[in-house]
Amino acid sequence: MLHINCPFCGLRAQKEFAYGGDATVKRPELNKEVSKEEWDNFVYMRKSPRGKHIELWHHISGCRQWFKVQRDTATHEIFKTAKMSEEIT
Amino acid sequence: MKQSHRLNNVGLINRDKVITFNFNGKSYQGYEGDTLASALLANGVHLVGRSFKYHRPRGFIGAGVDEPNAKLQVTINGHSEPNINATEIELVEGLSATSQNCWPSVEFDIGAINNFLKRFFPAGFYYKTFMWPKSFWYKVYEPFIRKAAGLGVASLEKDKERYEHKFEYCDLLVTGSGPSGLASAYAAAKNGAKVILAEDKPRYGGTLLTDDVSIDNMSGKDWSEKIISELKTMPNVILKNRSQVFGYYDHNMMVMFERVGDHLSNKSKYTPRQRLWYIRAKETILSTGSIERPIVFGNNDTPGVVLSSAAKEYMKVYGVLVGRKPIIFTNNDSAYETAFEFKKNNVEPIILDTREEHDSEVVQEAKNKGIQIKFSYGVIVANGYKKVKSAKIGKLTKDKKSFESTETINCDCICVSGFWTPTVHLASQSGNKLKFDEKIDAFIPDKSKQNEKTIGAANGSFTLQETIESGFKTGSELSSKITDKNNENKIPTVTETKYSVHDKFWCMPLPKNENPKRFVDFQNDVAVSDIEIALREGYRSIEHVKRYTTLGMATDQGRTSNLNGLQMVSNIENKIVPEVGHTTFRPPFTPITIGTIVGREVGMEFMPTRKTPMHEWHEKNNAVFVDAGAWKRPRYYKQGNETLLEASKREAKNVRENVGICDVTTLGKIDIKGPDAAEFLNRVYTNAWLKLPVGKARYGVMLREDGMIMDDGTTTRISENHYHMTTTTAQAANVLSHLEYYLQIVWPELNVNVVSTTEQWAGAAIAGPKSRDMLSKLFPDLDVSNEALPFMGYIESNLFGVPARIFRISFSGELAYEVNVESNYGLFMWEKMMEIGQEFNNQPYGTEALSTLRIEMGHVAGPELDGRTIPQDVSLDGLVSKKKDFIGKNSLGKEAFVLENRQKIVGLVPTDRKSSIPEGSHLVENEKAKLPNPKLGHVSSSCWSVENNNPFSLAIVNDGKNMIGKKLFAVSPLKNTSIEVEIISSHYVDPEGKRVRS
Repeated sequence: MLHINCPFCGLRAQKEFAYGGDATVKRPELNKEVSKEEWDNFVYMRKSPRGKHIELWHHISGCRQWFKVQRDTATHEIFKTAKMSEEIT
Repeated sequence: MKQSHRLNNVGLINRDKVITFNFNGKSYQGYEGDTLASALLANGVHLVGRSFKYHRPRGFIGAGVDEPNAKLQVTINGHSEPNINATEIELVEGLSATSQNCWPSVEFDIGAINNFLKRFFPAGFYYKTFMWPKSFWYKVYEPFIRKAAGLGVASLEKDKERYEHKFEYCDLLVTGSGPSGLASAYAAAKNGAKVILAEDKPRYGGTLLTDDVSIDNMSGKDWSEKIISELKTMPNVILKNRSQVFGYYDHNMMVMFERVGDHLSNKSKYTPRQRLWYIRAKETILSTGSIERPIVFGNNDTPGVVLSSAAKEYMKVYGVLVGRKPIIFTNNDSAYETAFEFKKNNVEPIILDTREEHDSEVVQEAKNKGIQIKFSYGVIVANGYKKVKSAKIGKLTKDKKSFESTETINCDCICVSGFWTPTVHLASQSGNKLKFDEKIDAFIPDKSKQNEKTIGAANGSFTLQETIESGFKTGSELSSKITDKNNENKIPTVTETKYSVHDKFWCMPLPKNENPKRFVDFQNDVAVSDIEIALREGYRSIEHVKRYTTLGMATDQGRTSNLNGLQMVSNIENKIVPEVGHTTFRPPFTPITIGTIVGREVGMEFMPTRKTPMHEWHEKNNAVFVDAGAWKRPRYYKQGNETLLEASKREAKNVRENVGICDVTTLGKIDIKGPDAAEFLNRVYTNAWLKLPVGKARYGVMLREDGMIMDDGTTTRISENHYHMTTTTAQAANVLSHLEYYLQIVWPELNVNVVSTTEQWAGAAIAGPKSRDMLSKLFPDLDVSNEALPFMGYIESNLFGVPARIFRISFSGELAYEVNVESNYGLFMWEKMMEIGQEFNNQPYGTEALSTLRIEMGHVAGPELDGRTIPQDVSLDGLVSKKKDFIGKNSLGKEAFVLENRQKIVGLVPTDRKSSIPEGSHLVENEKAKLPNPKLGHVSSSCWSVENNNPFSLAIVNDGKNMIGKKLFAVSPLKNTSIEVEIISSHYVDPEGKRVRS
């Protein structure tokens, strides 16, 4: 079970969180022309990298904040967690 | 009763407490402190089971987790469990055990005929034999394999025992209380670290209990007791015996099971049987020791062949002789200690050492003690069927591939030692890639992947001096990193025998024309010949060899067989062992009970039960409940001998004719506030929200980005920047997460806050033509006329002093209202409604009537909004705005979503107007068509229409809009029904929606 450092609450067990997928995906802006391809990429296409991955987690049994986690998908090592307003580079 | 093989005055058992137990129907006696294995051996019982494939007689090989054979069906306190390791279970009064995998008895087992047919059961037998004819699989082969598979019998009764879970955090977890574990735990505790020391066995000390060593002029056992008693006084230390750390998981989380109750004769009702610990440790020390390797020889599975270390443990810990005429068969020095122990107890051993004559410290000592040693000798084959009677031994030639001479000597046990295998399972589970250490011919941990460090025998250091030193050093280093303290430890002085090098020799050759089985893996009946076959047939990867031969599988996980198997593959392939590699170690290290994994989350405690504030009233009034997620909702209120159908018809009819009330507390409720709330709703829902006035509710549908409907419900504008959203009961949590996602991630610029208020409000729906009259009595001061409170209107008022929210919304399609009060007043509101409703023939109605009412109105719910429908499919396309953008809008233009013949919701009535149509039925054109019969749609919801007094269903059908008037068949292979149905409009009652506006 992972140990995740919520930027608002601190280190908590994975049980308290829900996984939210790739954090680098940006939703196309509202009311703007979007090509079919761009929209399909946004809705369906996700990478499944081995190694470092910036992803979303939701502290559902805690502060209910969504935040970013940089994790190695192979070893589960977590390098960094950050608020949505912060960048992970 | 005499225990024939019990020694006087030796061992750590409590001879004052005699324990009577039963094995295969016979009564025996042992002592408190015995394991079932040691007690049986004390009574001279070696034969305890039959092997898996050939049903060969099997006895004890080990004295602990290493035991591959002695898996028994054990009953304690009336609770029966299969595959219990006799060497690990402690003897308690009333324990009863039986052998497995034998019929009619372990002494005479018919299945042993397999042993004579063994040339027909080679490796890969199953893969080769059960292939053809194909038609034989279901009727012949599968039942046969099922019958042959497995060993014991799982109890069909409910497990009445209690199991618990515990969560713990510590600075340092030490797994194993042998010399290195004790030293490191002690050093860390002295540095003030929070330490957990876990020991699998009931006694602390590990090999210190059996090795002839001295530490600071104390025996190993006395020193370990001294350290343990000191650790017990320290508040920063948790000491746990009977506790095995069986799994090493991510982020340094270890899982351990503790045997709490099984060894107690009088435990309380609240004493758990076992406890599962989740331990998050900052650092972990793996001091799991090592397991002795056997040497492979002919018929080496005969009862009476034991590991030399086990023979010593049975003597020193339990005061039990495994035999009175022992052969010690070894390739190293450590087994000599077993010979000395026999000698000490007046038993004459003979040592067969595969090494050439040499003069090490132990050899000198053996000679001084007058013990006979035969160098370059080994056991070729054990004779005897159910017990070793003699052994054919031989003098090995220089190349060790044949014999100079052979002879047969009498014996009653063979104590075998093929050197030691570090127990590296936990290190490997943590992600540590193992490396092969040529000095000890075994794998040891390499670089740490997590915060783990392996020390002592588990790390391949087999001298006590090294082990204790590394224990103190590592414990001190790891803890001072955390506590910043650095207590000076005096490393104790150790006296131990110095061992010479072991022989790299693990498999005895066979003389010409002799072909006894030489077993590598006892539990899975894998012999040398099986490994040879696998390689001959082209299996090269060790993982493939493992699966083809079953080497190292099942509960044993190759604890005694892995390395011998690898060695064999490497010999045949002319590769070195590290090139062959090793198979993967997976948790659990030894089997754990399902009960421990489940813990207290069984029965009523499986998940939390959510009850509405009116629950008590429902219970008192014969409500029959249904689970809606974690909620309990009244399904119907039973009167007399009513069936579900009768009751729901009565309740629904009463709503259509008079008035009914329904507990709708379980609906999800979300409070939405902020200056951008309207804009936010406008983006979340498919319809327009910017112009909704204060005091008005609106129905809305929200989509996922892929265009599928996520949920529906009404949202009411309470004040300028304040909205009250309702969701379906099932989707409440998902919708909240969905809203938070968009507010926090996608549109953080919107100034809106959302919070769940599901539990804060109790809700009751009042539905039926008389609902307005009833409402006016509930709120006598309020103008509830159609003009003052029109359809989709909202008013705040008070219900006999209790603040209340009144929504004029309807799910039943009747004139209806929903009243919300603070949860604490839910029951008050309900009782007031029941009291005042009397004169209007008000009756409560449950979810079954609720469904009936919405289905015949053609209102959609969960079964239609199943994540596979877009608004068009359920005739909600009128709610999709063409002007504004919203979540999922772009997807609605997809080709498949705008097809002319797209699926659509329709109504169904059986042509006979009598047969109920099972939900989930498939719609087909021809019920008798050949399979696969093209599916045209499916039945989503069914009810008995109270308005028209016949069955009615909703269905999603291909090209639904052009299907009205056609006839199809609704077939349900599950219920074995086929019903001819006529397709009609989904709005079966009041299609113009006049009633809700009346």
